[in-house]
Amino acid sequence: MDLQYFFELFVGGLTKGSIYALIALGYTMVYGIIKLINFAHGEIYMIGAFTALILASALSFTGMNPVLIFLIATILAIFFSASYGVTMEKIAYKPLRGSQRLSALISAIGMSMFLQNYVLLAQTSDFLPFPNLIPEFKFLEPYKSLISSSGLIILVTTAIVMILLTYLIKFTKTGKAMRATSQDAKMAQLLGINISKVITMTFIIGSSTAALGGVLISTHVGQLNFYIGFLTGIKAFVAAVLGGIGSIPGAVLGSFVLAWTESFGTGYISSDYEDVFAFLFLIIILIFRPSGILGRPENKKV
Amino acid sequence: MLDIMKYFTLKEVKKSLVISIWFMILTFPIMVIKVNTIENTVVWRWTSLIGMGIGSFLMATLWRYLIDRKNMKSDISDKKTLQMKVMDWANENPKYKKIALVAVILFIAAFPFFTSMYQTSIMTTALMYVVLGLGLNIVVGLGGLLHLGYAAFYAVGAYTYALLNYHFGLSFWICLPIGAGLSTIMGILLAIPVLRLRGDYLAIVTLGFGEVIRIVLENWNEFSFGPSGVANIPRPGFFGMSMKLQTATIYIYFIMIAMVIFTIFVVRRLENSRIGRAWIAMREDEIASESMGIDITKSKITTFALGAFWAGMVGVIFAAKTTFINPASFTLWESVMILCVVVIGGMGSIVGVVVGALILILLPEYLRAFSEYRMLLFGAILVLMMVFRPGGIISNIRKKYKFEPTEKSSNIEVEGVK
Repeated sequence: MDLQYFFELFVGGLTKGSIYALIALGYTMVYGIIKLINFAHGEIYMIGAFTALILASALSFTGMNPVLIFLIATILAIFFSASYGVTMEKIAYKPLRGSQRLSALISAIGMSMFLQNYVLLAQTSDFLPFPNLIPEFKFLEPYKSLISSSGLIILVTTAIVMILLTYLIKFTKTGKAMRATSQDAKMAQLLGINISKVITMTFIIGSSTAALGGVLISTHVGQLNFYIGFLTGIKAFVAAVLGGIGSIPGAVLGSFVLAWTESFGTGYISSDYEDVFAFLFLIIILIFRPSGILGRPENKKV
Repeated sequence: MLDIMKYFTLKEVKKSLVISIWFMILTFPIMVIKVNTIENTVVWRWTSLIGMGIGSFLMATLWRYLIDRKNMKSDISDKKTLQMKVMDWANENPKYKKIALVAVILFIAAFPFFTSMYQTSIMTTALMYVVLGLGLNIVVGLGGLLHLGYAAFYAVGAYTYALLNYHFGLSFWICLPIGAGLSTIMGILLAIPVLRLRGDYLAIVTLGFGEVIRIVLENWNEFSFGPSGVANIPRPGFFGMSMKLQTATIYIYFIMIAMVIFTIFVVRRLENSRIGRAWIAMREDEIASESMGIDITKSKITTFALGAFWAGMVGVIFAAKTTFINPASFTLWESVMILCVVVIGGMGSIVGVVVGALILILLPEYLRAFSEYRMLLFGAILVLMMVFRPGGIISNIRKKYKFEPTEKSSNIEVEGVK
């Protein structure tokens, strides 16, 4: 077996998995708290990437340092995406709290269609190249075929975000409130936790990581259009389900498993069926382990 | 009644103002700045910012009014809705009901003769969505299983006809039952693995299934001719006669009418049958219904199989109507579109699905000016519908047993309100 090729696929899967993980976190956290598949989450990711593109291009006329532009654009993109996430929750999900789950899901699908077409109409349907802002790192020169500097940034950023998030969930008061809410929302409310605040917080965190993923992958791939959120969003969701939806480590694990399946599947079998591998894998996992790799089986209650 | 002026007091105006400023900030990068990174130009569209501000100000006021109204309404649940009033009226005046029915039938029968071929074609499409909606309604509305891969069955039907015709020269009428049958088998094949899944997991697996079918059709060139699809599919024949385009269009229109009547007949019968009742019970509560002796496995398989049956049939007709099919016709958005028909029309309600399909397909065709905004509006309508009227346009009113004290109190009148 060609070891070089294997490692290329491995690292490719690793970067892809990082992006999936950043998006899947939002899915899984929202699901854990309000038991809703936020179908519009992929759109938040797209809006994050688009906002960064717009701001970065607008700023680049001022002749600032590209790295500085990149940082400002990323931070603003995160801010805007989080705002979109919160606003979306207020409009489309909050009035539906306590109603049928199917209604909320359909509302989410509607929101996804709306946001996609909103960007399409306000901007353009063409693929736009993302300005090249990240310089090539010198020390990566010998490994150039294996990993690019943007790939490295993706890996490092994802690792940092994961550590911060674990800290937030495990050791802060907000995290405690979140865990309590996801266990039993009614009981948490009785104990004085402001559920609305927790939900808002969840949407802020989920949207921010998604936006970060969007910005990073756009710099890595170099182009984007209004439609990127759709398939990536669904894949990230598949990853979240794979790992066991509602579980944060599960989402991360699921993302890497999915990305490697795709990466090796396309590398060794056929590149035409990239998406088929993802979905077939999902179906197989769910048949044998309906609650995902790390998920706890759901108690059935009448 | 709610006092509308209440929403124009200083406090409320201030609230709306805050919301409108929020939306102006929120939409600033996407609405105002338009960059073209290829030619490196930036356009600042300040007018859209003003539009956004005024628009969101008005929307915020309207939104709060509607939310309050909705909350008010749920307090007085006994109040009769317009829909119930119409139905009561129809039940009280059977004569007018008959006249209205005859008028509708006449209109439907005469439609292709006083309109153009284009209109007939659009109407046929709408009728196809009626049948698709009714089919999906079995799965989503009656069975309560969210199915996001419905277009795959539609594709199975279409490709059955296209390929059988291409390779073996089989005619439309032979392929119609074959397509429906194959699609039903696919439905059962999908149902078996997903039996254990519920709710959201089911949604994502059916979505995955739909995408897998589409991608396979797109890439398996030897089998399905890949993305270029199959062309020159013959239109349905009438005892071996070949027809001109115009006659053929009208002919398909009437085939579709017959299909719709057949579907409504069967679905109505199914709904009130033992199986149908079992589906509804399953939708309400799986475990409770199981403990009442309903075979959940059987119920789930039959919902998927029967739902797929209609999609397969319409698929065959679709292939015959357009004479050209390719995988691009069977994307996830197609499934979502059919779901919209069911949801906007009214889940579980046959009249609702018919109305939903007609509105969703015909309205965008006639409002060409808004064609760009079509999907945007659909998305917004889906959200608004769920927030303000989750039952759909014509919601399914549950059967109620009405006890009316008559002279003989033992005589209990059972009234089925549909």
